[in-house]
Amino acid sequence: MHEYALADAVIAAVRETARSQRMSRVLQVEVRIGQLQSIRPATFENALTAVRPASDALVSSTEFSVVTVPVRLRCRPCNREYAPDLDTEADEHATEAIHFVPELAHAYLRCPHCDSPDFDIVDGRGVTLGRIEGEIDT
Amino acid sequence: MIDPRAAIIGERLAGVRRIVAVTGGKGGIGKSLVSCLFATVAAERGLRTGLFDLDLTSPTDHVILGAPMGFPSEEHGIDPAMCDGVRLMSIAMFSGSTPAPLRGAALTGALLELLAITRWGELDLLVLDMPPGLGDTALDAMRYLPRCEYLVVSTPSIVVRETVRRMVQLLGERHASILGLVENFQSGDVAPSHELAAEFQLRWLPGVPYDKSLEAAIGDVAGLRRTDAAKAVGRIVDELG
Ligand SMILES: Nc1ncnc2c1ncn2[C@@H]1O[C@H](COP(=O)(O)OP(=O)(O)OP(=O)(O)O)[C@@H](O)[C@H]1O
Ligand SMILES: [Mg+2]
Ligand SMILES: [Zn+2]
Repeated sequence: MHEYALADAVIAAVRETARSQRMSRVLQVEVRIGQLQSIRPATFENALTAVRPASDALVSSTEFSVVTVPVRLRCRPCNREYAPDLDTEADEHATEAIHFVPELAHAYLRCPHCDSPDFDIVDGRGVTLGRIEGEIDT
Repeated sequence: MIDPRAAIIGERLAGVRRIVAVTGGKGGIGKSLVSCLFATVAAERGLRTGLFDLDLTSPTDHVILGAPMGFPSEEHGIDPAMCDGVRLMSIAMFSGSTPAPLRGAALTGALLELLAITRWGELDLLVLDMPPGLGDTALDAMRYLPRCEYLVVSTPSIVVRETVRRMVQLLGERHASILGLVENFQSGDVAPSHELAAEFQLRWLPGVPYDKSLEAAIGDVAGLRRTDAAKAVGRIVDELG
């Protein structure tokens, strides 16, 4: 499960951000998972609670709300935005490759209008952090 | 929006004693070959060695080493492939030989992803095979892998040295640690890159001869180890300790 490695990254980033904002306890964190990464929110929530260090009061009681973000690609040559359907446009191998490295979408997906592999991933790539709420040290 | 991946890179590489990036700026000068020989020779010397192919659009280390590519095993991250004592990570594990055309942000994204999820474990040495160019991945290595020490490859060609010089200058400006200069494709007893090493006060390392037996040994680590090129790289490994 490489989800656990990404969960480690989230916990490390939350701790880093919380410390820099002088929080004593992080209450709530919004985690966004890009659709390209094909990770179920429930799976990732479990991973987050499994990897956080129970001994660190900063994150030991944090609630995570994990949401999936739909993928949007913008074609550079024809400048149109589109939403690929991984279920029909990528076979099992391609989906798995993109799950590990979302940028490999460039190997397997093409613009539906002009067939170009030259697109930008506007949204829905991988794991990012949204709002982090916590109690501030006084 | 915070990208959490950079926050975990230090921890992922915590068990790695030394990171050596094989660079040069110019394409086709033997960076990949020197990287692969460096890694296999180091492993043969008993060092726990990893090799990370950072040429994300044109990976070749798996070809040079003859490592079969397939999805990595995963358990709390992904494990590099084991190839004759060298732990190899390459984007080819995922995309095989399918072309993946990547621009700037996508190159950085793929690199960060692999850095965040790869479990190198305990290593004495991690060799990074840099892609050609002074752009994306060169800048990313300086930013995300500040511990990197650089092994600069050059060749006798004046055209090559023009670009190698720019790379050395950039590394110097960024206060990167440069282990030394290696001249590849040497023939006869001229070593034109020596001037470059002297100008920038770089350590002049043993050169690697043009070796026409190399091509036949590509894909066969035992064969590669017997080449004159590998023996030359062995002298570099010994000299750098
Ligand atoms: N000392 C040598 N003797 C003979 N052939 C060599 C030598 N060094 C490298 N080569 C061959 O030269 C070619 C280019 O080498 P290599 O791929 O290592 O260069 P590179 O700098 O990594 O290229 P790129 O910038 O495209 O990644 C390969 O076919 C390689 O086997
Ligand atoms: Mg190369
Ligand atoms: Zn298009």
